[in-house]
Amino acid sequence: MYFATIAYLMKVKILPGGVITDGGNSISNKTGLWASRHAEVDQSKCIKCHTCVAFCPEGCIDIESDGKNVKVNADFCKGCMVCAVECPASAITMKVK
Amino acid sequence: MTGAEAAAEAMRQIEPGVVPVYPITPQTPIVENFALAQAVGKVKTEIITAESEHSVMSAAIGAAAAGTRTMTATSSAGLALMYEILGVASGMRLPIVMNVANRAISAPLNIHCDHSDTIGVRDSGWIQIFCETAQEVYDSTVLAVKLAEHAEVLLPVMVNQDGFITSHLLENTEILPDAAVKSFVGDYRYPYSLFSQDKAVTLGALMLPDSLFETKVAQAEAMQKAGEVYGKVAGELEKITQRKQPKFELFQVDKNTEAVIVTMSSAAGTAKAVAKRLAKKGQKVGVIKIKLFRPFPREELAAVLQNLPDRQAGITKVAVLDRAFSFGSGPALYSEIVQTLHQAKANNNVQSYIFGIGGRDLREVDVKQVYSELLGNNLSQETKYLNLNQ
Repeated sequence: MYFATIAYLMKVKILPGGVITDGGNSISNKTGLWASRHAEVDQSKCIKCHTCVAFCPEGCIDIESDGKNVKVNADFCKGCMVCAVECPASAITMKVK
Repeated sequence: MTGAEAAAEAMRQIEPGVVPVYPITPQTPIVENFALAQAVGKVKTEIITAESEHSVMSAAIGAAAAGTRTMTATSSAGLALMYEILGVASGMRLPIVMNVANRAISAPLNIHCDHSDTIGVRDSGWIQIFCETAQEVYDSTVLAVKLAEHAEVLLPVMVNQDGFITSHLLENTEILPDAAVKSFVGDYRYPYSLFSQDKAVTLGALMLPDSLFETKVAQAEAMQKAGEVYGKVAGELEKITQRKQPKFELFQVDKNTEAVIVTMSSAAGTAKAVAKRLAKKGQKVGVIKIKLFRPFPREELAAVLQNLPDRQAGITKVAVLDRAFSFGSGPALYSEIVQTLHQAKANNNVQSYIFGIGGRDLREVDVKQVYSELLGNNLSQETKYLNLNQ
């Protein structure tokens, strides 16, 4: 993941003062690389209430196409544990990378 | 006019879009005179009366990034209070131009001239020009706008004058016609705008260990480039003013010079007057006045110093007169000259002097003392002090 970010930066010309002229680059910059662990959902305990989706400060917990299951995008999860603390079913644990 | 009036007059002719201000002695007459011009409708500039210099520079950054030419002025404690934001201005590559009337940094409190304010922000990434006269203040302020906004530079510029000595004393100053200044500086040329909807940009974003280094190297390269561009812009200005705008001035410096004083700002005037008189008596003495301190014109100066007589041929002794301390080491200009001589592989003896702290006069006898100590080979590794009460 770290190398993906470096590869992205090598493609991008840094403009004077670090001005950013293109939109959507936060998708390419995988901020989850800072984390030492990320959230993982135990689907058997999950009650599909989507509380974690609302609480995630990074907005990186997605509802899957079935409209029920949730999935953590580890590219952007910083491992802050907000979801794990807020989950009413204690279905989220932190997994060390 | 005074140096402060010269700065204000240049600002009036340039007519920046925004001028954020906060008063501080001895800079105050610059913003006072400019505010007067605005009050009577000579300029349409938006003047922002901020609550501190920290806010002044913050407002200047906002204005410059929004897409309008921005200028301001300060001194001493005001410059010190701006310190955090000075780095933001240069790091974001915003071409702000600021006149500085140099004044001692507290404490003890002192309102008079020395260079401890500007030298204190030497490494903040601003281009620094030191002016000897009101005329130089005027010319340099006009020049600074074009230099700052040059596409290969995009860096803020400080135009320095000696507080009270230059800022408050009357001198004959030639002013260009308004139209000549307006056409010389042209339209504001910062390539981005915060307000552009077609070309939306993010300015001042976070940069981590993977990218800040490269950005700072690019900034350092732009600063080096600024030396080259200064020469070009100075040449263009010379065409309309008929006045040379050198990075440094050589006065009576040639292969026969036996003793040379290197200094900046108004002190160079005193040194030149004394050197001229001594030359009439047959003494081979000269002055090098450094005008562009950042970027320091090391290559060009090294080329000059290389040609000074070497040890075998009857060495030229060099005295460097600084107007600020660097506590615990040699002062700033002295360090530059030693580096430059080293680069030139010159073996000249250099003596460091500090003078004029807190507005202490540099008298003619002090300059004569320097020359006689150089010629008499009365040199030391320690910094000497001029006109110090003992």
